[in-house]
Amino acid sequence: MDFYTFLIQLLNSVQYGLLLFLVASGLTLLLGIMGIINVAHGSFYMIGAYLAWSLAEQLGSLWIAIPAGVLLTVAIAMVLEWLVIRKLYRRDHLYQVLLTYGLILVFEDMRSVIWGDDVHGVNIPGILAGSLPLTDNLSYPVYRLFISGVCLAVALAMYWIIQRTRLGMVVRAGYSNREMVQSLGINIEFIYRVVFAFGVALAALAGMIAAPVSSVFPGMGSQVLIICFVVVVIGGMGSVKGALLASLLIGFADTFGKVLHLEIGGIRLLPELSSMTVYLLMAIVLLWRPEGFFGKRV
Amino acid sequence: MGFLKNRTALCLIVLAALVLVPFFAEKFYVQFFAKILIMAIFAMSLDLLLGYAGLVSFGHAAFYGSAGYVLAMMTPQYQAANLWVTLPAAVAASAVVALVIGIFVVRTRGIYFIMVTLAFAQMLFFLFHDTKIAGGNDGIFIDLRPVAQIGGWQPFDLDNFVHVYFLVLALFAAVYLLLRTMLASPFGRVIAGIRVNEQRMQSLGYPTFRYKLICFVIAGAVAGIAGYLGAVQFGVVNPQMMGWHLSASVMMMVILGGMGTLAGPILGAAVWMLLELAFQSLPTVAGLDLGKHWQLWMGVFIVIAALSLPKGLIGVGAALLKRKGGARG
Repeated sequence: MDFYTFLIQLLNSVQYGLLLFLVASGLTLLLGIMGIINVAHGSFYMIGAYLAWSLAEQLGSLWIAIPAGVLLTVAIAMVLEWLVIRKLYRRDHLYQVLLTYGLILVFEDMRSVIWGDDVHGVNIPGILAGSLPLTDNLSYPVYRLFISGVCLAVALAMYWIIQRTRLGMVVRAGYSNREMVQSLGINIEFIYRVVFAFGVALAALAGMIAAPVSSVFPGMGSQVLIICFVVVVIGGMGSVKGALLASLLIGFADTFGKVLHLEIGGIRLLPELSSMTVYLLMAIVLLWRPEGFFGKRV
Repeated sequence: MGFLKNRTALCLIVLAALVLVPFFAEKFYVQFFAKILIMAIFAMSLDLLLGYAGLVSFGHAAFYGSAGYVLAMMTPQYQAANLWVTLPAAVAASAVVALVIGIFVVRTRGIYFIMVTLAFAQMLFFLFHDTKIAGGNDGIFIDLRPVAQIGGWQPFDLDNFVHVYFLVLALFAAVYLLLRTMLASPFGRVIAGIRVNEQRMQSLGYPTFRYKLICFVIAGAVAGIAGYLGAVQFGVVNPQMMGWHLSASVMMMVILGGMGTLAGPILGAAVWMLLELAFQSLPTVAGLDLGKHWQLWMGVFIVIAALSLPKGLIGVGAALLKRKGGARG
């Protein structure tokens, strides 16, 4: 592997890792702040991607489709939280898994009714369609750099909101003592609704910006969900910092697992078993730190 | 109604009714009942973890699928395998898979346990999905069902659907008795104690990690019995047998019926399969094929059940009986 191929794969793994972070940070926020395990999180990634595709077709541009889609998902999430999710806060995790699994079935079927079961491609907007030339025959697509940029910007904004604003302060306070915050006259139920919508919107946004690269297909939600679980397990539950580190690690493991060749005793292990590399990574981390990098010891 | 409260009598009545099924029902329903019983074995094995040990496993299909794959891989292409060899081998394989996964997952608890069991099951799913082992993504057909030959004698023939049904029923009854005995034994008490207060059990001197691991392995092995029977009944194995949709479905059966009882998962499996069948055969109303969207109805049903049935159907029944008893007394 020469330097430029390595560089391209490195950029790819960072881009994939950051995108994963966008989805997983929403999941880990819900887990950490609200104590909710939402297995339908991946469905919002899928919904985001389908919205990007269909809105871009109808409105003519991905630039309008993305904000419109985010607003739409926030609205859906708010209604959903009010309708069912808020009833889960004090319930056992088992019921949270079940109810949100039921939501997956509902979302998948609605998706099939509204958009069908076909695979769709989404066009990259004109300005970002080019490539940066690296050597005579190798180049790197600008759009992938754009994805990384957006994810980084969102990560920084999230850090700022949680650590530096009044809203973030209330959210953190609600995490440590819900009743106390409520008795100080803060509407914690509304705050929770906002956090839920925010977490879900992150997943949808990730689906939207990933759509031109990954294309849009029915099983995309569960695929990303399970990898996000791995991110949360490795990074530590509720830790945004941990999610970032774990996402990047998984980005490297997955990308290089697909391009490297590894043979032991005549049996080809990589790239054949590349989809297992991230789980092996998880197994190793579990042996070493059962609570993940930044998780609280239980 | 008094005799219904007697558990043994109730068990015998249900068993007698199940024995009579093939004498009255058509082939479709005999096979459907066999499917329910297979799922009931599977659900009971999961309940050992969910209801008794308090371990919320979201990857239980891994052990179900492993046993199926063992049968498929032990069956030569143009020959039938032997039941008495492949069944123990398949169950042993499931137990080994559960032991290996268990060593990793039993260290974690709570939400971690849910996520980690799912992730490991998915790893196994990808192993069969992405490689060419046993037909890859498409799975593999078991053209010839295993034969039940001992020496020169063949007590039953698995190409006959009625014989398959009775094999399933016999194993179902055996699993029920085994689990009932086990749960009443000191081992079962320790497991229940760990669910309620693990630290206290630890300070009483019980090696709780080892107990939980053994429980995980037993649950995996019993799931393997179900997986083997599933492969025999359907004549095909594929990666979806290990998929997380199956893990979620079986979890739903346990909770729907009622966790922490053995009758609960059995009832839950029956109701779940009947609902699936009912939703799939919904008619077309005003140009809208309702049956095609059975997943949607199933999803709505799960949401409502998760919100309104905290103790499952068994809990509803118990509450009704209690109210009646209270009115009488």
